[in-house]
Amino acid sequence: MSADKVTDAAAVPPNKENKENKVSGGSLATELVRASLARRYAAERRFRWYGIFAIAASLSFLVFLLASITIKGLPAFSQSFVNLEVDLSADALGVALDAPADELRRANYAGVVKAAMRERFPNVDGRSEKKALYGLISTGADYLIAKRVVANPELVGQKISFWVPADDELGALVKRDADFSQPETLVTRMSDQQLAWAAELEADGDLEVRFNTTFFTNGDSREPELAGIRAALAGSAFTLLITFVLSFPIAVAAAIYLEEFAPQNRWTDLVEVNINNLAAVPSIVFGLLGLAVFINFFHLPRSAPIVGGIVLSLMTLPTIIISSRASLKSVPPSIREAARGIGASPLQVVFHHVLPLAMPGILTGTIIGLAQALGETAPLLMIGMVAFIVDVPQSITDAATVLPVQVYLWADSPERAFIEKTSAAIMVLLAFLIVMNAVAVMLRKRFERRW
Amino acid sequence: MSVTADDILTQPRHVELPVKDDARDAFERLTETVGTVTVADPKMRTEHVDVFYGEKQAIFDVSLDIGNNEVIAMIGPSGCGKSTFLRCLNRMNDTIPTCRVTGSMSLDGEDLYGAELDPVLLRARVGMVFQKPNPFAKSIYDNVAYGPRIHGLAANRAELDDIVVDSLKKAGLYDEVKDRLDAPGTSLSGGQQQRLCIARSIAVSPEVILMDEPCSALDPIATARIEELISELSQNYAIAIVTHSMQQAARVSQRTAYFHLGKLVEVGDTKQVFTNPTHELTENYITGRFG
Repeated sequence: MSADKVTDAAAVPPNKENKENKVSGGSLATELVRASLARRYAAERRFRWYGIFAIAASLSFLVFLLASITIKGLPAFSQSFVNLEVDLSADALGVALDAPADELRRANYAGVVKAAMRERFPNVDGRSEKKALYGLISTGADYLIAKRVVANPELVGQKISFWVPADDELGALVKRDADFSQPETLVTRMSDQQLAWAAELEADGDLEVRFNTTFFTNGDSREPELAGIRAALAGSAFTLLITFVLSFPIAVAAAIYLEEFAPQNRWTDLVEVNINNLAAVPSIVFGLLGLAVFINFFHLPRSAPIVGGIVLSLMTLPTIIISSRASLKSVPPSIREAARGIGASPLQVVFHHVLPLAMPGILTGTIIGLAQALGETAPLLMIGMVAFIVDVPQSITDAATVLPVQVYLWADSPERAFIEKTSAAIMVLLAFLIVMNAVAVMLRKRFERRW
Repeated sequence: MSVTADDILTQPRHVELPVKDDARDAFERLTETVGTVTVADPKMRTEHVDVFYGEKQAIFDVSLDIGNNEVIAMIGPSGCGKSTFLRCLNRMNDTIPTCRVTGSMSLDGEDLYGAELDPVLLRARVGMVFQKPNPFAKSIYDNVAYGPRIHGLAANRAELDDIVVDSLKKAGLYDEVKDRLDAPGTSLSGGQQQRLCIARSIAVSPEVILMDEPCSALDPIATARIEELISELSQNYAIAIVTHSMQQAARVSQRTAYFHLGKLVEVGDTKQVFTNPTHELTENYITGRFG
């Protein structure tokens, strides 16, 4: 009793009420309980503060992560353009006025663009100066003008005003509202001469910043201003589609068999143990498997979404099986009994009654597995998806790359535009994940309403 | 001298439990069921049935007939095997891997455990209502329509509607739910849910309905309604009902079977069993000496 009093005195803050309790108070048990109450409530309060602190810490990390990615990535969604007066005369292009499409495609657009630049700055002389002048705009300008003319052949012979993407160095400065009149304050690879030309363009209103659609329409490129995410996005979509189509039915069927039909013997236990262990295998091992078996033995095309999909579905199978079994187990046995009692066959019991009720849990497991698969890089590197892919893949056997690998490749480059694009690609990846999760939540709500 | 409370409390107490000892002897001496287990022209016949859960034997040599259009009540203390026996009648024990049933059970002369009889078909002919109401996670209409749908009892939607309405009427639930057949089955009260489960069993046109303590989870008013329902249903179906309540057995059944620790002790006409039981174990149970 005295020992209790000592500890209580240490834990309980002294106040008037407490002293009264020690003096008056009811029976011995009530006294002890009352004395312990303060200590217990203090522990509860402390624990609540731990929880709040933990949530605050996690939220702040999350906000920090998202903010840093967004701040670094937002500039990638805008691009600087330079206005050019391009003279599309038939002589300059080297084609006849009504030439066919393929001849138009091969016309001398490079010359036309350079002529437009020289016309804009007539005092430029000498090869190195002219080269510096042409360096103000993107090398892809020729291709863009070619696309425009082939689509609208009536433009041949006219003089048009065409906005071409600026070179990535110039573009970076324009996006950050650099002051071209004070070249010594700018840290850039551009020479003072180039900065003077840029200042003149800006004064004439020929420099503009617009939304960067090429980020979403182009594949990867050596030129930073022309690099886009479309190839990686298409590759990710194809790969994830194959993963879902392969892993979902197989995993759900395996879970149903193990849960409802498999006899309780040593073989079943062995299978279960192996499936659980498979979930813990490092993902790069699956990449080696894909390389050795699917590419070398079965001669499937290297770096194709189909191989990536098969490898990733092997990885996601254990995740979906484990969560599906858990949700099948959670369906109350009274449902199965009721269905069986009315004369439903074992398969009807599972598909008409158990599976619809277990669907929310199965979908959650599937989305977790697919989200993991979306972010996997190591196994896909092993099957060759680290290649530099420029063309957008059109089918599951075309060479492709995926979003995480694209992020990895761009992160290696030093140009500022690539730094921005890395963060922008991460934002696109996160947006993809959020869309997938939203779809899953919607599907879950639809199934959950019926219960 | 006066006896004080202390004297009584401190005296060594010698407790006699004559009932228990006698009961054990009586149980061990029991080799044959008292009363007539057979009926003329039975719907279901069981002979020398033993049920084992692994090594443990739950039912010892039980023979019992269930007649056409009669209600037979199975009573007995907890754990005496009446639910086990009932579940054997529509092979629901198949789902328990350690359960083994020996002996002969037949429906209209066909062996229940024979190779020719499909358990799925059997359960369409012998329906079951469980202790805790377990409607499907579907609408009221779909709950009742599920059985006819999977067994192909309706050629088109109109016929299915007829079956559903008819079953709900027979179960005494139609008036209460006729304007919300699309509401989920789980939105009904406990008594309504149990009547829904009964309607669901009736919808497949069974020949026998087994009821495993159907009213034990319900309040007295819902219980009374279901007991009325059982009396009406017995005009068309054979009903076997397991119940803990002797009053309920006395109210609804024509024959009563008393089970004790896996043996069928006595079976006979309900009035006779309750007013003048033959075996002493039955008498002890009915008079409340144990149970």
